[in-house]
Amino acid sequence: MSDNFDALIAALPDLRSGVFITLQLTVGGVVLAFVIAIVLGLGARSPRWPARVPSRILIEFFRGTSLLVQLFWFFYVMPLFGIKLDALLCGVLALGLNYGAYAAEVVRGAINSVPKGQWEAATALSLSPVRKLRKIIWPQAWAIMIPSLANLAVMLLKGTAVAYIILMHDLTWETDQLRQTTGNTFFAYGVGMIGYFLIAYLMVLGANALERHAKRRLGQGPPKGGLFSVRITDKATAAPMPAANAGGGGAGAGGGVV
Amino acid sequence: MDWWSWDRALEVLPELLVAFVQVTLVATVIGSVIAAVLGLIIAITRRTAPAFIARPVHAVMEFIRMTPIVIQLLFVFYTFNTVDGMTLGVIVLGVHYASYMAEVYRSGIDAVPKGQWEAATALSMSPARTWRKVVIPQALRTTLPALGTWVISMLKDTPYLTVIFVVDMVRQAENYGSRTFVYTESITMAGLIFLAASYPTSVLLRRLEKRLATY
Amino acid sequence: MPPTDSTAVTGQPAIRFENVVKKFGDNTVLDDLNFDVRRGERVTLIGPSGSGKTTILRLVMTLEHLTGGYIYVDGEPLTHLEVNGRRVERRPKDIARSTQKIGMVFQQFNLFPNMSVLENITEAPVHVLGRSSEEARTRGLELLDMVGLADKAEEHPTRLSGGQQQRVAIARALAMDPEILLLDEVTSALDPELVGEVLGVLRDIAKSTDITMLIVTHEMQFAQDVSHRVLMFDGGKIVEEASPDVMFTSPTHERTRSFLQAVL
Ligand SMILES: Nc1ncnc2c1ncn2[C@@H]1O[C@H](COP(=O)(O)OP(=O)(O)OP(=O)(O)O)[C@@H](O)[C@H]1O
Ligand SMILES: [Mg+2]
Repeated sequence: MSDNFDALIAALPDLRSGVFITLQLTVGGVVLAFVIAIVLGLGARSPRWPARVPSRILIEFFRGTSLLVQLFWFFYVMPLFGIKLDALLCGVLALGLNYGAYAAEVVRGAINSVPKGQWEAATALSLSPVRKLRKIIWPQAWAIMIPSLANLAVMLLKGTAVAYIILMHDLTWETDQLRQTTGNTFFAYGVGMIGYFLIAYLMVLGANALERHAKRRLGQGPPKGGLFSVRITDKATAAPMPAANAGGGGAGAGGGVV
Repeated sequence: MDWWSWDRALEVLPELLVAFVQVTLVATVIGSVIAAVLGLIIAITRRTAPAFIARPVHAVMEFIRMTPIVIQLLFVFYTFNTVDGMTLGVIVLGVHYASYMAEVYRSGIDAVPKGQWEAATALSMSPARTWRKVVIPQALRTTLPALGTWVISMLKDTPYLTVIFVVDMVRQAENYGSRTFVYTESITMAGLIFLAASYPTSVLLRRLEKRLATY
Repeated sequence: MPPTDSTAVTGQPAIRFENVVKKFGDNTVLDDLNFDVRRGERVTLIGPSGSGKTTILRLVMTLEHLTGGYIYVDGEPLTHLEVNGRRVERRPKDIARSTQKIGMVFQQFNLFPNMSVLENITEAPVHVLGRSSEEARTRGLELLDMVGLADKAEEHPTRLSGGQQQRVAIARALAMDPEILLLDEVTSALDPELVGEVLGVLRDIAKSTDITMLIVTHEMQFAQDVSHRVLMFDGGKIVEEASPDVMFTSPTHERTRSFLQAVL
């Protein structure tokens, strides 16, 4: 066992750089996904078809075609068109587009579940459409969508392990290196999985704190389950599961399935 | 170089479809069965078993749910290196998604009105019988669409089996690309097959959800 | 008690309904409706549930789409106008100019939960009318004082009682200096003991301002006290139109009589 720990200590710099790659993919992916989710989510609920139809098509396309296919597309196909992307960028693009499409449905559903009276009161005060959305609707939708977005962010983190397939030296890769140096699968992979778990759990904690803050701004009590709980939402409609999130509004109002 | 060749697209299609049926579909179907059954067992365990069992089960499920399938596949593959990849892959997918489906069942079970339990008690039904005849049938109905969406999700995760050397449809597409040095058609076709399999299913599930919601 | 001030009840109609048609799908709610509300006039709409009272207010606030006909505000077309005999929709920017003159108070208050009480009131004056935040703040505090909530300016709306929330909503609407105020059953969602405080505020406003008001209410005493005119609706049509004294004491129409008997 002490051999294992010696190997672990020797591998720490590599593991650290692996974690760094994984974090880069995660952060880049989450940021891109968030931007895409807002653009496509708003587009998909636009009354104008030139905005709605392309948004819907992109959402269904990126949800429907599998992450690895999208990754390979950026990795193998784009160079054939003369666009050579660095592997990290390929990963960020694929992750951002794939999970962004799921998150777009979350955004759409959350905005739709803000009570109609809020829109109407804003209209009655003659607020401009942009101001209405930004200052009145979004803060309320935001509080509703955080748990679902957090779930997707954790899934995105797990999705970053595909980087291993295009030979990036991420945490999964370095974990496998550790297995080869120690010859102890259980030990090496235990270390790797705990690494992912810790990152995921930190993300959940961050999301819980964000949600708590967002709800307090709306004068609502703290979310159910406390700061350390992990709540699972439906990936497809991203509606909070009824029992797991009683009292919270369903974000999936009219939302689509995968 | 031309950007898209229908000839190549048609040429690669048969081998992709074979891989789709033999690996993707088989893994999804068997994986789903494992996930559905194991998920239900876990959900019931968490509701009925004493805390010293329920808590560790919950913790393990949480751990599985918060770590990547890819690393789980590799871990299992190198631990049980005598078992063939497809078998291991299917089990890993099944267990991973059981951790999600258990949550679906849990919310379904929680949604069964308390009055149902009380009525069953009033009729002196045994707990086992109450579960089997009253709770599970009702919980299943409401959870069906949500379970379905996880099945679709699993379908799109089957390409990860490639890390344990199972040649699934996407690997097949990649292989075609490395043979011919053209990836465009093969990868795109693989994506479209996924889309063709998942989109109609999701539309059906949405209908089912609406139908069930109206009762 | 009859309305005390009728000074401003002269001139151009503040609101004119001209051949107004409103359908929800196949359901025709308003069919060829015509009526005027003069400037400074306070008109109460009464009638059975589903007779279209809310729909009328929502059409004026442009919360519903007008199926046919025209609505004029201050003599200007609101959402549609006639050009060469054809009915065309106005541009959103033009519509916005008219709706700025109109304020509405809702049954469910609809305060913005992400803003403090005062922010609820100052948001639109600052960002729609372009007032300085100082000015909006001063005016907001004045209005809060008027509705008896001066001490709640920094409070969170959800911490207030229903009656208090509704009084904030009234102050919020007044902060835009509307020429027209629409009140749709503003006390229906309140516990009975909170109704009085809200009606009291509205009575004060009626007494001290010449804002044109279109009121839907089940509080018949209140309607009698503040309105100049009462319109009785049924099936999307005006069944009877009279001064409150006449309407509530000796209505001519049988339908009105049975309706009033049921609610009084
Ligand atoms: N958004 C809508 N979609 C379809 N039908 C509607 C809608 N809003 C109102 N209606 C219909 O229009 C008719 C008039 O409704 P409205 O709300 O104006 O009545 P009301 O006089 O305000 O009734 P109440 O006293 O109950 O508030 C009703 O038959 C109602 O069902
Ligand atoms: Mg009404």
